[in-house]
Amino acid sequence: MSRVLLEVENLKTYFPVKEGVFKKTTGYVHAVDDVSFKVNEQETFALVGESGCGKSTTGMSILRLIEPTAGSVLFEGQDVLKLSAEELRKKRRDMQLIFQNPYSSLNPRMTVKRLMEEPLKTHFKMSQKELDEQVFQTADKVGISKDQLERYPHQFSGGQRQRISIARAIISRPRFVVADEPVSALDVSIQSQILNLLIQLQMDLKLTYIFISHDLNVVRHLSNSVAVMYLGRIVETGLSEEIFKNPMHPYTQALLSAVPSKDPLNKKKRIILQGDVPSPVNPPEGCPVFARCNRAMDVCKQQRPVLKAMSGTHRTACHLY
Amino acid sequence: MKSIKRILKELFKDPMGRIGLIGVVLIIMLSVLAPVISTHDITEMYTQDKLREPCGEYLFGTDNYGRDVFSRIIYGARVSLEVGIISVGIAAIFGLIFGVISGYFEGWVDNLIMRFMDILFAFPSILLALFIVSALGPSIANTMIAIGIVNTPVFTRTVRASVISVKSTEYITSARSIGLKPASIILKHIIPNILSPFTVQITLALSGAILTEASMSFLGLGIQPPDPSWGSMLNESRKYMEIAPWLAVFPAVFIICTILSFNILGDSLRDVLDPKLKL
Repeated sequence: MSRVLLEVENLKTYFPVKEGVFKKTTGYVHAVDDVSFKVNEQETFALVGESGCGKSTTGMSILRLIEPTAGSVLFEGQDVLKLSAEELRKKRRDMQLIFQNPYSSLNPRMTVKRLMEEPLKTHFKMSQKELDEQVFQTADKVGISKDQLERYPHQFSGGQRQRISIARAIISRPRFVVADEPVSALDVSIQSQILNLLIQLQMDLKLTYIFISHDLNVVRHLSNSVAVMYLGRIVETGLSEEIFKNPMHPYTQALLSAVPSKDPLNKKKRIILQGDVPSPVNPPEGCPVFARCNRAMDVCKQQRPVLKAMSGTHRTACHLY
Repeated sequence: MKSIKRILKELFKDPMGRIGLIGVVLIIMLSVLAPVISTHDITEMYTQDKLREPCGEYLFGTDNYGRDVFSRIIYGARVSLEVGIISVGIAAIFGLIFGVISGYFEGWVDNLIMRFMDILFAFPSILLALFIVSALGPSIANTMIAIGIVNTPVFTRTVRASVISVKSTEYITSARSIGLKPASIILKHIIPNILSPFTVQITLALSGAILTEASMSFLGLGIQPPDPSWGSMLNESRKYMEIAPWLAVFPAVFIICTILSFNILGDSLRDVLDPKLKL
């Protein structure tokens, strides 16, 4: 069992809802509501869930690109949330982000070379020669050829842009990378290339990933551990094989039943969730999944279930167990 | 950023852009080459040739002092452009600084700056310019300062709005996640991406500034005699309108053509630089 690199404890990110002429705060959007998990070094931890469940906000809050409301994020034992602005800026060398949309995450006015040099110029003092060397090396690693470096982002395809975006994230040699749906904006044919690149880089550079995705096939393919989120909370978490082989929470079961099967003749029975996700402004008092759960009981309406250990690292928040 | 060569090429493809561009280039050439083109000394009074009609000797006629209107109009272009460029320059620099601070940091700084700009905005621009000039005293420098101050709120607003929209893009989040200092984010990522609306605003403000200068000179608080200005020439011509209409017609035509050229160029430039803004 490897060392824990990142430990998130009781992370909460609330956004105030302001109304009226005087911008009075009338409530809070509970985007991330009491989320805790650990990420081991050189492993991939996946956050999955439907859109709006707070998985991206969790990733952004860990990196403090969105300021969390409460909790702690221990990176090698140091609380990231307690760092001063300048300390945090320096720490960013070690913690990077890969964005979902490569069409909007690259400054259209900068050449690829300048985009790639930027993290190095920010964190290291390097001569132009050293910079060039690093840029060439990294470009080679992500599959961008040398003669493309003077071009602008709009001259590239989506997949290539995502390669540039990845190069920008890894060039400062971070230890930890949050990949926020890095392939969901790409064509299916390109997705596997980018995923394989991410796996390759993880091995070469000893990276630790938090992989945010709603594509369960992708998650199964590359993650060591998984956390299923719903309405800002983790409803089930554990090792990848535990979750995929033996999903305990009715919500996870429903999610997994919706994954398209490779065999078109194998018609699985789908569990269809009724209704919509409740409003995160006033989350229900009981279990967040209550209104849509096919196995809801009376107790689910009144009491919010906590994460309970099932077996090994497998934990789920459900009154059934 | 598109290269200047490409921008000019695209401007030339648009018929309106071509007209605007040619007009602006002509006016610039007129003012640069004023000493070569002008036929007479601009302050020399040919007392025996007062209020002459346009003829071979005096292309646009002479005024009530016997000065050559053609030469004065050519030199007037110089004054107009000078006032336009310097006052818009003042407005653009301060507008950029205030707008970026306001848009980037938001909060109370934003409120303070924008409420102050609202106050400036509340006055009709001519009134505010006249007020500033009467406080500072009429001179060409004070006219520039006044027009500069009057135009600052427009620039501040344009810049602030663009900064706010650029700030919410993912590449700014990306710059933050890299660990860039706020100053670098502003200089390297935000300002290059707001240049299009900024440039368009400059061209449009130039015509406004030239018009304000003409109006102020017309009212006697702008360029002081004997320096030639289209506005003051128009003002002086009023008394002789019936017997010497050319005194009013030529400055007026030049004012109209200049303003029109800059406006057309600005509109066309906006379409070229930012196709998204096209209506």
